[in-house]
Amino acid sequence: MTLTDNLGRGDRSRQAFLSRSTLLTSLVLIVGMLAVLIFNALPDSNALHVSGATVALLGKYFTYMLLALAVDLIWGYLGILSLGHGAFFALGGYAMGLYLNAQTSPLPGWQSIMSYFPVAALAILLAPGLLALVFGWLAFRSRVTGVYFSIITQALTFALMLAFNRNEMGLGGSTGLTRFYELLGFSLSGEGMTVALFVASGMAVLLAFWLCRAITVSRLGRVSMATRDAEARVRFIGYRVDHVKLALFVVSAMIAGVAGALYVPQVGIINPSTFAPLFSIEVVVWVALGGRATLYGALLGALVVNYLKTVLTGAMPDAWLFILGGLFVLVTMLLPQGIAGVISQWRGKRRDHEGGRDRQEQQDRQEKQEASA
Amino acid sequence: MTPNSSAGGRSLGRLIIECLLLCLLLLWVAVLARPAAAAPAEPKTLLEALDTNSFQAKGDAAQAIADSDIEQKTRWLQALLDGRLGKERRGERFYIITDDSGREWPIIDAITLEDAGTGTRRTVDVFKINNDLRTRLEGLLASLSLSAGDEASRLSAASRLIGEVTADSADSVRKMRDQEKSESVRGQLDVALALFDVQQGDADALETLRGNLDTRVRNTLTPIAAGESALAAEAQSVLGGIESKRTWYDRAQTLFFGLSAGSILVLAAIGLAITFGVMGVINMAHGELIMIGAYTTWMIQQALPGQPGLALALAIPGGFLVAGAFGVVIERTVIRFLKGRPLETLLATFGLSLVLQQLVRSVFSPLNRRVASPDWLQGAWQINEALSLTLNRLAVLLFCLVVFAGLWALMRYTRLGLEVRAVTQNRAMARAMGVRASRVDMLTFGLGAGVAGLAGVALSQLTNVGPNLGQSYIVDSFLVVVFGGVGNLWGTLVAGMSLGVINQVLQPWVGAVLAKIIVLVGVILFIQKRPQGIFAPKGRIS
Amino acid sequence: MSAIDSTLDKSSRLGRLRELARPDRVFDFMAPAQSPVDVRHGPILYLEDVSVSFDGFRAIDRLNLTIDDGELRCIIGPNGAGKTTMMDIITGKTRPDQGQVWFGSRHNLLTLDEPQIANLGIGRKFQKPTVFEALDVSENLELAMAGDRRIWKTLLARLDREGQARIDEVLETTGLTSERYRLAGVLSHGQKQWLEIGMLLMQRPRLLLVDEPVAGMTEPEMHRTAELLTRLAGKQSVVVVEHDMGFVRSIARQVTVLHQGSVLAEGTMDEVAGDPRVIEVYLGGDEEEAA
Repeated sequence: MTLTDNLGRGDRSRQAFLSRSTLLTSLVLIVGMLAVLIFNALPDSNALHVSGATVALLGKYFTYMLLALAVDLIWGYLGILSLGHGAFFALGGYAMGLYLNAQTSPLPGWQSIMSYFPVAALAILLAPGLLALVFGWLAFRSRVTGVYFSIITQALTFALMLAFNRNEMGLGGSTGLTRFYELLGFSLSGEGMTVALFVASGMAVLLAFWLCRAITVSRLGRVSMATRDAEARVRFIGYRVDHVKLALFVVSAMIAGVAGALYVPQVGIINPSTFAPLFSIEVVVWVALGGRATLYGALLGALVVNYLKTVLTGAMPDAWLFILGGLFVLVTMLLPQGIAGVISQWRGKRRDHEGGRDRQEQQDRQEKQEASA
Repeated sequence: MTPNSSAGGRSLGRLIIECLLLCLLLLWVAVLARPAAAAPAEPKTLLEALDTNSFQAKGDAAQAIADSDIEQKTRWLQALLDGRLGKERRGERFYIITDDSGREWPIIDAITLEDAGTGTRRTVDVFKINNDLRTRLEGLLASLSLSAGDEASRLSAASRLIGEVTADSADSVRKMRDQEKSESVRGQLDVALALFDVQQGDADALETLRGNLDTRVRNTLTPIAAGESALAAEAQSVLGGIESKRTWYDRAQTLFFGLSAGSILVLAAIGLAITFGVMGVINMAHGELIMIGAYTTWMIQQALPGQPGLALALAIPGGFLVAGAFGVVIERTVIRFLKGRPLETLLATFGLSLVLQQLVRSVFSPLNRRVASPDWLQGAWQINEALSLTLNRLAVLLFCLVVFAGLWALMRYTRLGLEVRAVTQNRAMARAMGVRASRVDMLTFGLGAGVAGLAGVALSQLTNVGPNLGQSYIVDSFLVVVFGGVGNLWGTLVAGMSLGVINQVLQPWVGAVLAKIIVLVGVILFIQKRPQGIFAPKGRIS
Repeated sequence: MSAIDSTLDKSSRLGRLRELARPDRVFDFMAPAQSPVDVRHGPILYLEDVSVSFDGFRAIDRLNLTIDDGELRCIIGPNGAGKTTMMDIITGKTRPDQGQVWFGSRHNLLTLDEPQIANLGIGRKFQKPTVFEALDVSENLELAMAGDRRIWKTLLARLDREGQARIDEVLETTGLTSERYRLAGVLSHGQKQWLEIGMLLMQRPRLLLVDEPVAGMTEPEMHRTAELLTRLAGKQSVVVVEHDMGFVRSIARQVTVLHQGSVLAEGTMDEVAGDPRVIEVYLGGDEEEAA
């Protein structure tokens, strides 16, 4: 009885919006952001000074974290693995790129409307959102699931990559969009802008984190986890599984679009290689390493893998693909719950990872239960 | 002794030394030969006749050269035709330019054919020709090779005459035609003469041209058919016949290209049809197994220089075994532990694909390698003017069918095939009946991987071999398997071939990239439209 | 067992309110208010001449079946008789090649999909207990609770006091009160069966399709299940597919024997058991088959 009660109390917390992990993650994000701002403001001579380049790098990581959240929302909580989320990221990026280009010279044809920021902001959300809506509607209505869904998302982003490589698209062909100078009337080159974009990206991560948290603790979130584990059952108790999937898929695509839009001004270029299947699948390994079905795991994974990438591609460029490939293999075989799984195990609160499905663990507990009964 | 690019192994340094030696030798010969260099008067006179501004006179001079019995006459006329015959600006010597690509041309003396150093635009005046003269020269050259040489060169000369017969040469061509013994050469000459006759208004000659696919025949007939002459109607009908025949052959050609592209898809996908379709294992490293097969071919070829045929023959079992061995290792070390977790398998094997790619990049190089084709795979099988089948593509098509038939028979008639099907349908039951399911898994995966290796061997004959070779096929391969119906070998064959053909049919209208996009999107839509029929056979939930 | 009764009473009251609020049924005040299902003129479930085949195999062959409102019907039959396929057809999972399937006299089930059919009031328990393993017991019940299933409503849904009370009642009924906060994946097989039955109760269906409810249950659990199902009958219609003949005998009033996709015999348990064709199919009482 006491065992159940303990578990029960531990468990209730995951239904509340502000669980311990949510608070902690929010706190780490905010404090980290403030710390970077303060250390950046220190004079160059100071040993603790954080350079503008580092701030820009961290800002880029934030956009990756945003993208990881988007993938985790549908993979971790809904069980649909998209190998084409880079496409939504890139669409958001292209929308932003068009807006930035329009600041220096007027764009031809329909693209000219992209010079207004509200239109561009709308496009950043709608372009990926609409693609996800149409694609998801077709896929989920016909019950394309599992690896089949993964494969056609990969084909989707591949097809888009080919399309965006064409000069006829009017989006710069294989060079993509570049030569950005101004955002909202401010020059993109100054360090002030770097810091502003860093803060904007950080805030976006925080907001998206809260949004995802709110969704996953809602009844809709539980329906989505139920869908992940027993889709047919959900249908037979009367939920429209295709609508649930579509709704979360579109939200996820929009988050990815925002991530892409924030990424572009910080990196200064967007080209069709963002559509490459490799990039999309790399995002999946961030989430897998961090721990799928935990939002903080996705954030952590994106940060860790990209930091590794930055360090290693500089130090030993040849080794990077070995390490990335090795990560894929090792994480799936040895760490199915990712870093988050290790953390929660280490904390001894084995039930706390939200909806994580560790059959082995469940079996263990079942045996323990039976032994004690 | 020209540098032979296919010699491959010869080092650049040695090549330079050889060239230097050659130059020295030539110089020495030139010095020795100087006393004898007093050119015979007659050739020089003939050449001097070319040095005039009148194209008519030049033509007559060329005719005179052709009529003479000088050894070098073919060479001169050819050089004149190519714009490579010229006269020393401040001198009396005539030169043939052997290579006019650069600013400084290597030249040889036209009469002695000895090396004469280099010339430039300033030092050599090239004899100019116009279109009339070009036609005349071509006719002359054709007649020259018609009167001499073996059958092959006579045939090509006769074929060159089509559309080039003029009133001047018609009689001589007719004479030659009567003397000609070879059937095929005579056929070509008949066409050439008939074309000339039709131009002169001879309606009977049209019959000879009926159904002829030669472009020149069509080009000549088109204005006649459009014209007002008495022949117009009949020419139109002949032209119509030619056009419809051409369209038909064009379609056959497109079909062939489509099938050949499709057969590559099938080869790439058929291994997946086994590992993914039959076993349900998502192997994203499949493309890299193809790449391993291709590299195996390359390595065997490196080990057997100069014997591409033997190397290719050895590469077929070699590629199968090497890729198969990789497959078995992958199955034992990774896939076995991820049974029943398809998404994890997908990620882990994707990681493996990255590792394998980087491995190849580190061990060999990131550069593409060229695998030589044996002679019997080079060139094309020219069925007629409108239809020619490239031999290597034809071979890949046949190879694909053989591999498919082999696999099908293996799955259908052998013990392994039976066990594989048993394990796929009911693993527990198969095990209960004494099938060693784990061993079957290993062998099946090894088989799928081995077939990927075979695909690599075939691909090496069509394209360069590089670390990214496999990557470009993985998306397509999965789509083919899924499109054809998972677990269905015939479906894979049909799907691969039809995707190849559709792609090829679309290409002339929308271009290669857009055609590919359309096919991709089409397959995506198709999959979403008919997932039950393709993914899961109808049945009850348990 | 009074808990169930009060659950059901409350459910019909709620249902009435809900029906009035349904925007898609503006003129339905003409119809009986309790349920959208019209059973005034006949049975609640009506299958006529239904056939379906998979790859040439006829799983259901010209099946005719009628279930009356409030009836408890047991369906037995050897493996491959088409029992599960029949349930698939009723719940919209499988479309028959021919035939008619009506829910009451108004709803043609062949035009509806699974969620629509479920929301009309047909609940189904699977052969293999299927619960949401990553959610705890009370969450499983909460998801199954009748309510607005639309996305936005689901996102904003809160568990009110009434809903909480219903969950408590069902937990009581199914004997899972002490397990309410445990993950469903950790439950024993029998407990999962109960949880799934509990989820059915939360759905407040007019018709329950129960596929092998007592597989893996202990003897006392079986008794409880039998009691529960007989209680439910009368207010709701229940169709039970079961292999356990003892269990069938203990609850059955009407038994239908399926064989090779069509009805072989129908009647009381004793009538059916005496039927020579049935005896032949079962080969002298080889009743306990592997599932």
